[in-house]
Order: sequence, then C-alpha cells, then structure tokens
Amino acid sequence: MSDHSSEAHSHGSVKSYIVGFIWSVILTAIPFWMVMTEAFDKGPTYITIVVLAIVQIFVHLKYFLHLNFSQQGKLDTYSFIFSAVIIVMVVGLSVWIIYASNAMMM
Amino acid sequence: MSALLGKLSWDALPYDPIVITTLCVVAIAACVIAFLVIKNNLLGVLWNDWLTSVDHKRLGVMYIVLAFVMLIRGFADAIMMRLQLALATNGDPGYLPPSHYDQIFTAHGVIMIIFMAMPFMIGLMNIVVPLQIGARDVAFPFLNNLSFWLAVSGAVLVNISLGLGEFAMTGWVAYPPLSGLEYSPGVGVDYYIWALQISGIGTTLTAVNFLVTVFKMRAPGMKLMDMPIFTWTCTWANILIAASFPILTAVLAMLTLDRYLDFHFFTNDGGGNSMMYINLFWAWGHPEVYILVLPAFGIFSEIVSTFTGKRLFGYKSMVWATASISILGFIVWLHHFFTMGSSANVNAFFGIMTMIIAVPTGVKLFNWLFTMYRGRLRVTVPVLWTLGFMVTFTIGGMTGVLLAVPGADYVLHNSLFLIAHFHNTIIGGAVFGYLAGFAFWFPKVMGFHLNVKLGKAAFWCWLVGFFLAFMPLYVLGFLGMTRRLNHTDNPDWNIWLYIAVVGAFVILAGIICQFLQLYVSFRDRKQNLDTTGDPWNGHTLEWATSSPPQFYNFAELPVVSDIDAFTDMKEKGTAYVRKESYAPIHMPKNTMAGIVIGGLITAFGFAMIWHIWWLAIVGLVGSIVTFVVRAYTKDVDYYVQPDEVARIENAHLDNVAKG
Amino acid sequence: MSTTHMNTHGAHDAAHDEHHDTGGNTVFGFWLYLMTDCLLFASVFATYAVLFMNTAGGVSGKEIFELELILAGTAALLISSITFGFAMICAHRKNRAGTLMWLVATFIFGGIFIALELYEFNHLIHNGNGPQASAFLSAFFSLVGLHGLHVTAGLIWMIILFVEIVMTGLTGRALTRLACLSLFWHFLDIIWICVFTVVYLMGAI
Repeated sequence: MSDHSSEAHSHGSVKSYIVGFIWSVILTAIPFWMVMTEAFDKGPTYITIVVLAIVQIFVHLKYFLHLNFSQQGKLDTYSFIFSAVIIVMVVGLSVWIIYASNAMMM
Repeated sequence: MSALLGKLSWDALPYDPIVITTLCVVAIAACVIAFLVIKNNLLGVLWNDWLTSVDHKRLGVMYIVLAFVMLIRGFADAIMMRLQLALATNGDPGYLPPSHYDQIFTAHGVIMIIFMAMPFMIGLMNIVVPLQIGARDVAFPFLNNLSFWLAVSGAVLVNISLGLGEFAMTGWVAYPPLSGLEYSPGVGVDYYIWALQISGIGTTLTAVNFLVTVFKMRAPGMKLMDMPIFTWTCTWANILIAASFPILTAVLAMLTLDRYLDFHFFTNDGGGNSMMYINLFWAWGHPEVYILVLPAFGIFSEIVSTFTGKRLFGYKSMVWATASISILGFIVWLHHFFTMGSSANVNAFFGIMTMIIAVPTGVKLFNWLFTMYRGRLRVTVPVLWTLGFMVTFTIGGMTGVLLAVPGADYVLHNSLFLIAHFHNTIIGGAVFGYLAGFAFWFPKVMGFHLNVKLGKAAFWCWLVGFFLAFMPLYVLGFLGMTRRLNHTDNPDWNIWLYIAVVGAFVILAGIICQFLQLYVSFRDRKQNLDTTGDPWNGHTLEWATSSPPQFYNFAELPVVSDIDAFTDMKEKGTAYVRKESYAPIHMPKNTMAGIVIGGLITAFGFAMIWHIWWLAIVGLVGSIVTFVVRAYTKDVDYYVQPDEVARIENAHLDNVAKG
Repeated sequence: MSTTHMNTHGAHDAAHDEHHDTGGNTVFGFWLYLMTDCLLFASVFATYAVLFMNTAGGVSGKEIFELELILAGTAALLISSITFGFAMICAHRKNRAGTLMWLVATFIFGGIFIALELYEFNHLIHNGNGPQASAFLSAFFSLVGLHGLHVTAGLIWMIILFVEIVMTGLTGRALTRLACLSLFWHFLDIIWICVFTVVYLMGAI
C-alpha cells in the first residue's frame, strides 16, 4: 500500500530534475535579461517573454509535475488541459469584454 | 466600537413586528423539536448516526432536510413579495417598507439558489452517485461530511441575519458600487459575502470529492461510457463546480477586500471598475445554472428510461449533449449583462453562443421523447414531474432564446419578463427535477413508499400554481414593469399582479401537500414498506441494494458490463444471488471533526461580519488546528466482519424472496 | 493491506479497489483541488489585466518594480523547486535523513522568497504605495499576495510534514502527503512564472 502513491505518480529522477532545472534557469534568465537591459524593442520583447513563459510552463509540467499520457497519469493531464481551456476562455473573454466596454466609454 | 463585541450592539436586534413574529415562531418550533428529540431519547441517535456520520446516504438525507428547511424560508420570502405587490398597487405603500422588502428579495434569491437548490442537488447526488457506480462510499468520506457542515454554516449565517442586523439590500447579485461600503455601510452585504463564501468552499470540496469518486472508484468493469446517465450529468455538474466556484471565491474575496481594507477593485474612486465584478460574478453565475439543471436532466433521463421499461434512447448523444452544454455554458455569461455597454461584437458573440447552447438541450428533449415513443409509460409521480418539466422547461427555454437576442434583451432586461424566464427554467427545470428525483429515490433511501395521492396533488398544485404565478409576469414584462419594484401605480398591471399572487398560494398548497405527504407516508410506513429494494423495476445499481441500502452499499463489488447494469444482472440471473461467504469490509468511522470545524467556521464568519476580530482569529485558527488534528488521527476506520455482512445480506435476500 | 483483499473477481484495475488505493485517490483529489486553485488565480489575473492601467494618478508598475529583487526571489523559488524534487527522490528511496535535509533546504529557499516579498510589500506601503492607493495597486498586492499566501501555507505544511517524518518515518501516509505538497510546491512555481511574466516583466517594459 505504501507504494501506491509512487505508482500513481511517477516521481522523476535526479537527472530529469536537473534537466528541468537547467531549462527553467535559461527560460527565466532570458526574459529578465531582455527586460532589464532593454536591448530590444517593446514588441519583440513582449512576444518573446510570453512565448518563453509558456515554454517554461510546459517544462515545469513535464519535469517537475511529471504530467504524461500514461494509463496512470492521463487523468491528471486531461484535467489540466481542461482547466487550461477554461482559463483561456474566462480570462480571454473577460479581458475582451472589459476592454471593449472601456473603449465604448472613451 | 468595542474590542469585545465589534459592531454588535443592542441596535442589531430587530424592531419590525413581522421579523419578531417570525423569530418567535422559529424559537417555538426549535423548542418543540428539541423537546421531542430529548423526550424520545434521540439525542444520541441524532449525534452518532447522523450529525457525525460520514455515510454518503445519510449526508444526502441531511442535505435534503437542509434544502426543505431553506425552501420554507425562501418560499416565505416569495409569498411575502407577491402579497406586497398585490397589495401595493395604485400607489398604496403595502405592508413591507422598502428596506425590508429589499432584504427579502435578496434573501429569496440567495436562499433559493445557494441554500435550497444546491443542497437538494448535492443531496440527491450524495445518495445516488456512489450507489450507481457500485462504490462503497465517496473517495473522501470525512471531507464529504465537512462539505455538508460548511453548507450548513452558510445557511446558519443567512438565518442569523434575520435576527441580528440585516441582510443585503442589493439583490442576490450584490453588484458594486451598491454593495460597496459607500452605499451599503451595514452588515447586510457582509452576511451575504461570508454565507456565500463559506458554503461555496464546501461546494468546491464536494465537487473534487465526487470527481475522484467517479473517476477512480467505479465498480470493476464499468467504463466511463457505462456510467448511468444521472452519474454522468452529476459529473459534468461537478466539473462545472470545480471550474466556476473558484471564480466566485475570488470575486467575493475582492469585494471583501474593498469593504474591509479599503481596496479599489470595484469602487467608483481610485480607478476601480465595478464592471469587472459583474463580469466575474456571471462567469460563475452562468455555469451555476447549468450546475443546477444538468443533474435534473439526469434525473429525468433515469425516470423516463425506468418507467417506460426501455433503455434510454441515445445514451451517447445524451452524454455528449451534456458535455457540450457544460463547455458552452462557460462562454455565454455576458448575456446576463448585454446592456452593460460592451461592443456590438461582444454582444453578438455571446448572443450567438447562447442560442447555440439551446441545441444540445433540444437534443435531450428529443431523446426523452424518443425513449417514450412506443414505450408503455407508467404514469407515477416521478413521471408526472417529468412530463410537467418537459412542457414547462420548453417554454422557459424558448423565452431564453428570445432573451439571447441582444436587441430584444435591451427591451426586456431587468423586467418581469426576465424574472418569469428564469423561474420558468429553474423551477420548471431544476426544482421539478429534484422533486421528481425525491419521489423516485425516496423508497430506496427510506425503505417505504411515498403516499401517491398527496404526491399527485403536490404536483398538480405546483404545476398549476407555477403557470398562474409566472405567466402573468411575462405579460407584466411586456407591459414594462421592471423587477424589484416595491409598489406600483399602474392600473393596467393590477390584474396580472392579482393572478400572480393566487398562483403563489396554489404553489403554497403544493408545498403543504409535499409536507403532508411526508407525514402521512411516515405514519403509514408499515403498510408501504419496500422490501425488495427494487420498487420500480430499476435499471441501475442503486436498485440492487436493499431499501434502505446496507450501510456498506455492496457486500461484494458488482462487476459491470452494461449501461443498465442491474437490468443486465436481472436478465443474466446474477441478481439476488446468495453467497457462501463474504470478505470483511473496510469502512470509515464517523467523526465529529466536520461539525466542529463547521461550528468554528460559523463563528469565524459571524465574527468577520461584526468585526469581532478576536473571535475571528479563534474560529479560523481553531478550524485549521481541528483539521490538522483530524489528519493525524489514526483511529479512522474499521472492518465489518463477514458474519455480520452475511447476516445483513441474508435478511435482505429473505425479504426479496418473500416479495 | 493486501491480506484483506476482498475482491474475488480476479484481475481488475487496482484503482477500482476502493479504500485500498487511497494514496492514489488522495493525490488525484489534491491535483483536482490544484485545478480549482488555477481558476482562482486565473480570476485574479484577469482582474489584474483589467485594472493594471488604472493607477488613479499614482505610480505605475514601471516606477515601482525592482527587477533585481524579483530576479532574486525567482531564483530562490526555482532552487527550492529542485531541492524539493531531491527530497521526493530521497523519500521514494526511503532515505529519511536525505528527505529531511532537502526539506530544510526547500524551507530555507521558500523562506527567502517570502522574506523578499515581505520586504518589497513593506517598502511599497512605507512609500505610500499600499493597496489602498489605486486599483492597480489593489490588484497587484492581491495577485502577488495570493501567491505569497500560498507559499506561506506551503511552508507551514512543510513544518508539519517535517515533524511527522521525524516522528513516524516515511510511512505510506507521509509519502502521500509529501507527494501532495510536492504538487502544491511545483504548481506554485507555474503560477510564479505567470506572475513574473505578466506583472513584473510586462509591467517594467
């Protein structure tokens, strides 16, 4: 019984944690560097940091939270995907609604 | 303001004769109940078998008791409003002053949605879902008990507001800036916030609990697409709860910060934007109506299938229709505030989405009709509710599609047309569904049948009363009467207001029949015992247990290979088979942690409302400590021994054999 | 517990054997709770996105964000993530001392993160830029504070688990709880990625 939790959730190895860590250090350092040095224009900076954030989220999901599509882990993954879809809809539509309302009041 | 009692003082006590009378009646009723409990030596039974129980069936019963108690409260509010509006015509002020009337319509909405409909739905789900999937209990029985007590805690706070202080005067949506400190300086909105917040957290926990139960604890062999349709609709409702209630939690927390710590989320000054409250409130509020109605759809499906003696038509399309309603339910919320003034594109998008969501709902109606087609429908009380629903809900749905047209909504918003529409869907959809489910599963839960005559009387009163009370509101909406009016001065409206109040009294007769039915059925229970456990020739696993079900549900977990698992067992002759021996059954022990935490959280909520900071800290820290202590309690489970299982099972099978 | 295995139907999915796989159920239930938490954060993010320009004549993000501080906090949180990962690996190898050591390390880095955040908040409030000053600051404090509150709750939970492991060792129950806390901790990292990107970096551009 004591091992059930470990079976239900793969827990990674030292190597996978280190790989994940290195990736996230890189993916954190680049956006901070871009913004702090102001080396690029606003537009490209925006796009880059958003893309890198999304990539980093995936890195964390894979290496730290161990989401996968195995028999044991797929429910976790599906529930995350579902939540992500709802979040995109709720946040996206909310922002659209309020910004459109603000525009009407200008 | 004293440190000991916060804002609480003698001024908090009511002076209104109506309120004082109500409180006296409640106090007398409470004394009578307490007296009866003590006289019949039921205190121990109440505490050991019910209040501390972790059994999903008993928690379900307690949820439904809570729903009925709150139905009385909410309906009293409703009939007072109708009476006021019937009396306060032609410039007459009526008998309810505006400040009291405003509290009543707010309390009516909050109570009916959060403390009547939700507990009723969750109660039925508690009782039925674990049985339908062949499980012995939910995944986290203690958490289930805790969720119940959090719901009670919220209900208690709403009821305390009747006697101490006031309730919100904002309408059940509590839009700022009206609900902000500037325009609602009293404790009314604080009661609203904490009652909703506490019960909402309980609801979220319930959803998590049942999702784990359904995904991880189905009987061997039961695939997801073998789950009974009621379980499926509850599962989608739970997914909606898990995805939408946190939005309510967040938006209420922000309103709390505005009111308590002078933040500027929704205030007029400091750059706040009250439109964001409206937006987030309905991002929860719209999924909420589907949370209420989807399980009702599931109940109707079970009933139609059972009483036609046929397999449900289009099981898969039913599941997928439920799924699409759930997802679409998340992208239609703006239709609650078309007139807020967002762009035409925004309104068009949400209007079209709203119309689309009617399609899967239509699919469901046709599935029920096709199930009945060429079936032999046994017209029982649950079937009456179902037929009443199909007519009523269709009307409500069509007026909804009408309101989904932004242009039409600009004319009809905030009018009684809207009031008629949502009562049409919530009463005709959700409440009829729960009452159908109540009649359907009552013999299963209690072990005896409900009186049929009074059941039919209740149904007809409800149905006729509903049409009398709400069809006039459609007309009044077209005549230009807006909602939440305290008194009117338009002779054209009078006749419709009079008809509506008659309707309210007919519904009252229905509710009285419902309670009489409970009393009469209980009195005559010895003659109406359900000995087989399968009174309706049911299709699903809950009917495979005795009535009331064994506390461990199933002596042996059933193996499932069909959607109508119990029909399948009966056909194959594997139902009611006597076993040589049984294995011990692992069961959770009852615990008082839930009720203790519920009490402490109630104290916390009460203290926050009245700014009694020391008590708030005691309540919050106390409940967290209780939770941690409970988490480290070792003595939480036990085994039912095989001889006891054999005794219970054999007694049941003997009963079945006797018929 | 396999001695009381009650199912006589032979081979079936272990997940269906209720009460015998409570560890797996607990971790899955906790994951679902985290999904509800995601929605909670999403609502606050949406509010921040709507309100961040409403400074009411007060300071904007660009004027008050000190990215060096945020970078230090982010580093602390990231390091605490990998130390927690190592604690989990030790726990699954039944290495109690290792688990406890890595938990202490995680606690220290988590504590550093919270200390930096408290310093930032204190500094802002001290300069008159508290959450009452404008809608932007209300949303900023609430969003960042909500994450901080979660991290604090995680730290308290860590202490409780630390005591449990010291007292009773790495039992099945402790492992299940450790797995939950691990999910919680890594989940908060993901929230933090969104916070530093949306709030601090985008605000400072």
